[in-house]
Amino acid sequence: MNAGEETVLDARGQRCPLPVIRLARLVHDRPDVGVVVLLATDPAAAHDVPAWCRMRGHRFLEARAEGDHSAYVVEVATPSTAAAGR
Amino acid sequence: MVSHDPGTNPRPDAPASSKPPSATPLPTSGTTPQPPRDAFAPASRHLLDAAAGPLHPVARETLHAAVAVGWADPDRLHAEGRRARALLDRSRQVLAAGLGVRPGEVSFLPSGPAALARAVDGVAYAARRRGARTVASAVEHSAVLVPGRSRAAAAGDASLLAEVPVDEAGRVDLGAWAAALAVDGTVVAALQSANGEVGTRQPLGRARELAAARGVPLVVDAMASLGRDDVPADWDVLVGDARSWGGPPLGVLVVREGVRWQWAYARADVEHGRADVTPWVPLALAAAEAWQQTASTRADDAGTTRSLVTAIRAAASSVPDTEVVGDPDNRLPHVVTFSSLYVDGEAVVGAFDRAGFAVASGSACTSSTLEPSHVLAAMGVLTHGNVRVTLPLPAVSPTLADDVAAFVSALAPTVAGVRAELGVAGL
Repeated sequence: MNAGEETVLDARGQRCPLPVIRLARLVHDRPDVGVVVLLATDPAAAHDVPAWCRMRGHRFLEARAEGDHSAYVVEVATPSTAAAGR
Repeated sequence: MVSHDPGTNPRPDAPASSKPPSATPLPTSGTTPQPPRDAFAPASRHLLDAAAGPLHPVARETLHAAVAVGWADPDRLHAEGRRARALLDRSRQVLAAGLGVRPGEVSFLPSGPAALARAVDGVAYAARRRGARTVASAVEHSAVLVPGRSRAAAAGDASLLAEVPVDEAGRVDLGAWAAALAVDGTVVAALQSANGEVGTRQPLGRARELAAARGVPLVVDAMASLGRDDVPADWDVLVGDARSWGGPPLGVLVVREGVRWQWAYARADVEHGRADVTPWVPLALAAAEAWQQTASTRADDAGTTRSLVTAIRAAASSVPDTEVVGDPDNRLPHVVTFSSLYVDGEAVVGAFDRAGFAVASGSACTSSTLEPSHVLAAMGVLTHGNVRVTLPLPAVSPTLADDVAAFVSALAPTVAGVRAELGVAGL
């Protein structure tokens, strides 16, 4: 992956657990995706994205309020690291 | 605290004696009845969400009998009123003995949450010249947190409510608790005996020492634990809900003698100045009857439910991508909660319901708001795909062991079925 390159995933308007499912699906399809920025309006995402990162061995970088939605920034671990974290 | 906690979120548009009390029959006790068959609960149902009942079968009989003999206003001077007063006094004596307190320290309120809000109000009002700040754990009942936030917002001073963080098991951080108590103007501390959603017990002894060192009375919410776990000893004001011991909805507020407590709108003659209405006497009698019945079997019941919960915890832990939350050992005997990744809370409750299981959930999609359980959120655990089990008292549900065995068998396939419907298997 290239440093500084982010993949944006727009889950605005989707209710839990869809934002986390879409994030997981993206990471499943592209394990080397690197840094993902998930945009979501669902308030549960604020708790569930960090919890998913912990359960899956990924790194939760930050949550930013951006007007009517929030952006959750996740650094996806390489498959070998993720397996070790589980 | 239990599924009757509506949560803390805005609307979408916005030492007691450990020995059981003597099982003296209450004046209206009848013969021991068989557990009633509920028309809405056919034999194929498995009751695993007993946070709000049903009534203990003996309390149900007592309630029925008390409606006939205890209906009158106990403040009236006629024979019917005097009889109701005697029954109310007797109910208060039973509960006071069970809690290890004096009858004058016990008041009845319309509900547990109402009693909890009143408990905090009374401590704060009595100390109003010293300050107005409340310290509470972040996993307290919404009856503490919602009014606290509202008062802070109205005063334009967010510091008037300190929500003290908890660890991943839901246990209050005692360092942060001590630091919050040290802030000038702190007059009330509120902490539950154990959390009704996840079961984790709180360190009441140490929390009260820290509060006492600052001259701050501790309000203890025991709405989830009374009748199920040992009666807490470390409190200045204690709150219970008769539902937790198999009684009807009825709040119990205990203000320890010597604690500075005053309700701003007190009428001295009503419930020792702590309530605005005298309780309906049949409810108090049924609550006292349920206490006697439940206290006499509490140790056995706790052992039974503890091992059943251990079995559920083991079964849930073996489901892929599922976290069992709350302390595994230092917990209420009858409560267990777990969350499964990629599962919709509403869908999983519905799937269990169709399979005959009544379970609760703290997921956002199962409540009237978009916000998930504030307890799960404060613990930093997964809030979606949440399932909460509150086991009924064995006397309430004679089929309890079979129900749990059936649930243990159904758990993995039910979660897998919901995942298959959502197309998330293998993620």
